Amino acid sequence: MSAAESPSSPPDHRVSNFRPTPETLAMLREKARFVRLETIRLIEVAKVGHYSSVFSAAEIFAALYYDIMDIEKGNPTRPDRDRFLMGKGHAAVGLFPILAEFGYIAKEVLDNYTRLGNPLGDHPDMRKVPGIDFSSGSIGHALSAGLGMALGGRMQKLNFNVFVMLGDGEMQEGQVWEAALSAAHHKASRLVAIIDRNGFQLDGAVDDVMGIEPLDEKWRAFGWEVHVVDGHNLEELTTLLRQVKADDTRTKPCCIIARTLKGKGVSYMETEPGWHLGYLDPSDAKIAIEEIMNREI
Amino acid sequence: MTETLSPKHSPASRPLSPNSWQYRELNAKTPGLSHLSDALIGLVEKGEPVVAGSADLQYSNGLAKFAKRFPERYIQFGISEQNMVTAAAGLATTGLKPYVATFASFLGLLCCEQIRMDVAYCGQPVRLIGHHTGISLGFYGTSHHATEDISTMRAIADLTVVSPADGPQLAAAIKASAHYPEPIYFRIGRGREPDVYGPDVTFEFGKAIEHFAGDEITIIACGMPVHPALEAARKLNAAGRSVGVIDMPTIKPIDKAAILKAAARSKVLMTAEEHNVLGGLGSAVAEVLTEVGAGVKLIRHGIHDEYSLIAPPTHLYAHYKLDAAGIEDVVLNAIGGAKG
Repeated sequence: MSAAESPSSPPDHRVSNFRPTPETLAMLREKARFVRLETIRLIEVAKVGHYSSVFSAAEIFAALYYDIMDIEKGNPTRPDRDRFLMGKGHAAVGLFPILAEFGYIAKEVLDNYTRLGNPLGDHPDMRKVPGIDFSSGSIGHALSAGLGMALGGRMQKLNFNVFVMLGDGEMQEGQVWEAALSAAHHKASRLVAIIDRNGFQLDGAVDDVMGIEPLDEKWRAFGWEVHVVDGHNLEELTTLLRQVKADDTRTKPCCIIARTLKGKGVSYMETEPGWHLGYLDPSDAKIAIEEIMNREI
Repeated sequence: MTETLSPKHSPASRPLSPNSWQYRELNAKTPGLSHLSDALIGLVEKGEPVVAGSADLQYSNGLAKFAKRFPERYIQFGISEQNMVTAAAGLATTGLKPYVATFASFLGLLCCEQIRMDVAYCGQPVRLIGHHTGISLGFYGTSHHATEDISTMRAIADLTVVSPADGPQLAAAIKASAHYPEPIYFRIGRGREPDVYGPDVTFEFGKAIEHFAGDEITIIACGMPVHPALEAARKLNAAGRSVGVIDMPTIKPIDKAAILKAAARSKVLMTAEEHNVLGGLGSAVAEVLTEVGAGVKLIRHGIHDEYSLIAPPTHLYAHYKLDAAGIEDVVLNAIGGAKG
């Protein structure tokens, strides 16, 4: 068991080597804040969107795009780049501003998010949006697609990493477990699933709608290396992801269960699951923006 | 951890009767089942980045031969068809050309959404091979029959739908698919259909093959019924009738010119398919005719919106008039005249 698997383990020098510097951490916190603020700005254009689904994943987006993934600004098609897929495609509104920062789409495109003819919709479309590695929207497919990418990379000796962000409600889809079984069988060691365990889905708490626990034991039983981490603690999250990326001795696929809060960053969303989908009047968005600007996560 | 019982295999106490058979050995000896593997092996040998996958049916579709020849290019997905289809799309994003196969009933219905979302909508050049299509699995029953797959697959944007008449045409189509940019659904038989074509047949996507021109009627067929349609037409033409036959292996995009040419010449058109008459080849031809106001009578022959009876395939073909005698009956019923 690695130190990251059990937060109470004694300090491990291998982990400490992967810790981000205070400067990197400060930068990543700003990026997570940027994701939240841009999400509010874009949803104002659409007048409806998934604020809280992005907020639970904001630190994961920031860590992956600004620290972990081997990707190149301005070039979204390099064959050996790391890949990112979203099973929870409805959080794409948080990713589009990052793609604009990387120069994959023009920043002005964001301003017309979801308007007629704009490439950006509620769910990501790889044929319309450069930088989207796979389209999604039907929950439960992404891990299979990521598996295919990981196997394709290995066959062609392009050993890129494939990061697949999955929702916790998504665990209820059967195809996820077909992919889980298959990835372990084929030893897809460059496949990394990150479960945004924010605890809520449309109809309520995941545990009430269709319980998925014990989640770590399920993934372990399916033959995966499993880590549990606080998905909002950028220091822990980044350290773990760096370690997972650097580990070239792993023979199993890797599952990171990121414990998160749906709506994290805006207090009145954190306690109300109805914010899975909604709209903030500009006067209310103002309160949310103030809190995001002033609160340290 | 649950251990399975240790097998204790020992040979039979005397050689088994030649009438006894087991599935792997029988399939390995069935020539029609080698076309798919042989064509794919040919592509890999030419340097094409082909990968093949199957979902626990490699002896039914013959991909076991490919797997043996190129194990590093073969992926066994187990009984998880949806995972196989989506993973094939993921493989295609890395520049590989995946050919994945399972029963047509599972591809066309169970995996319909994965084909739409992950293959076609994502624009990935995956080749989906639906084998044992139509009612060719006979008494295995409705779960294993695919009489809706043309309908579901041709309704998916950007997906090409191909239904070869026999093994040689399948092999030619696989060869032609190497540089075809779009995703393709191949609807193929059980590898026991009589050959229509010789080994040198070529294939062009979107092109029909006119075998005979007919003044009284033209049969437009795809897949298994092409062979019996030709047999019926030869017999009727020898008796002085004028029956045309067109093989329409590409159902989407369909060869409109070939249909309209036949409509201009023949008094009646007839489609023949191993599929529900709703949504299949008959519907595709009807769409072409009505759009131009061709005004020719069209008889859609196939399975008439029902679940097939249970029987061996050849018995079913006779029952549903999809064998040569049956097609002859349907033709004579349409154009008048007694059976020879």
